[in-house]
Amino acid sequence: MTLILQILATFSILSLVAVGGANAVLPEMHRQLVELHGWLDDATFSQLYALAQAAPGPNILVASVMGWRIAGAGGMAAATFGMLVPSAILAWGVAGLTHRLRGAPWLKPAQGGLVPVAIGLILAAGITMAQASHSHGVMPLVVVAASTIMVWRTDYNPLWMLAGGGVLGAVFLS
Amino acid sequence: MPEAPPPIVIPTRAALFTGYLKIGMFGFGGVAAWARRVIVEERHWLTEREYAEILGLGQILPGPNVGNAAVMIGRRFHGLAGALLATGGLYCAPLIILVGLCLFYDRYGQAPAVAPVMNGIAAGAAGMVIGTAFKMAGKLKLRWDALAILLLATLAAAVLRVSLPLIVLVLAPVSIALSLRRAGLIGGAAAR
Repeated sequence: MTLILQILATFSILSLVAVGGANAVLPEMHRQLVELHGWLDDATFSQLYALAQAAPGPNILVASVMGWRIAGAGGMAAATFGMLVPSAILAWGVAGLTHRLRGAPWLKPAQGGLVPVAIGLILAAGITMAQASHSHGVMPLVVVAASTIMVWRTDYNPLWMLAGGGVLGAVFLS
Repeated sequence: MPEAPPPIVIPTRAALFTGYLKIGMFGFGGVAAWARRVIVEERHWLTEREYAEILGLGQILPGPNVGNAAVMIGRRFHGLAGALLATGGLYCAPLIILVGLCLFYDRYGQAPAVAPVMNGIAAGAAGMVIGTAFKMAGKLKLRWDALAILLLATLAAAVLRVSLPLIVLVLAPVSIALSLRRAGLIGGAAAR
């Protein structure tokens, strides 16, 4: 039981320092889980990260997989709850604050100032993903380029691009 | 290409849940691209600008930006129930899939051998994310100074590998100051 509570506490702290989301908090997660608590070894940490990438959904769920490995289903529940809830409560509070301040003349421009930072970091995430896929040769880069243009310039469902990428990967990368 | 913005649709509680269910289920390699597509393009819950502003707020807060946005968008339409439904929808399908993957991992001691397929999908997802950033920047008609901030953030995160909290801490105040100055709310001195 104490282990579950420790997992809950550790991930709750990670949740509140995770500015920038999963990829930003990963080094600190590694420090906490591998170096401080010794719950996982290096290789397992990397493997679990890869495992989480195979599932769809927000990358922050890498925390759930780590929790599972440390203490089974209870660990998964504690890690997921700890990782998601504190930051969600904060977001809830900030949403209320912006609602109360909605008449303030500076609110919209101030919020607008965050837009370029957010888009810039999305672009960076895409580039980082593309770099990672480039380690598997040139074919992935062609898929990246085609998918970029398709999403940017057309309204086709990007699911086709993901499916196409999966098929090309099965044919050319295995 | 100027196009009349479609009318905004206020989602029902069920629609909020199923919309986020789709975002979570299809979001391979991250959900940013799908969230924008479902919320802005397919279901018209928010305009491009409203969505970008909420996402910007979600970005500087701790936690996943799309997850934070789900809380805020859910609250905006249906209060606490909305926030819970949007968040539940976003995470429920991926969590079920993850439990399956974990069981597989426990039994066979390694991740399922789907690496080549996943690598191909990841390449497609990378392009989706890049294309989404281009699309948002284009539709919002950002001014040159906002574009400069955007590129600085990209450069710092993707090329220089500066830690994201540091990028947000430095660039967000500068960008907010520029935006306030553009709106005529503060003088030139404060905006550097």
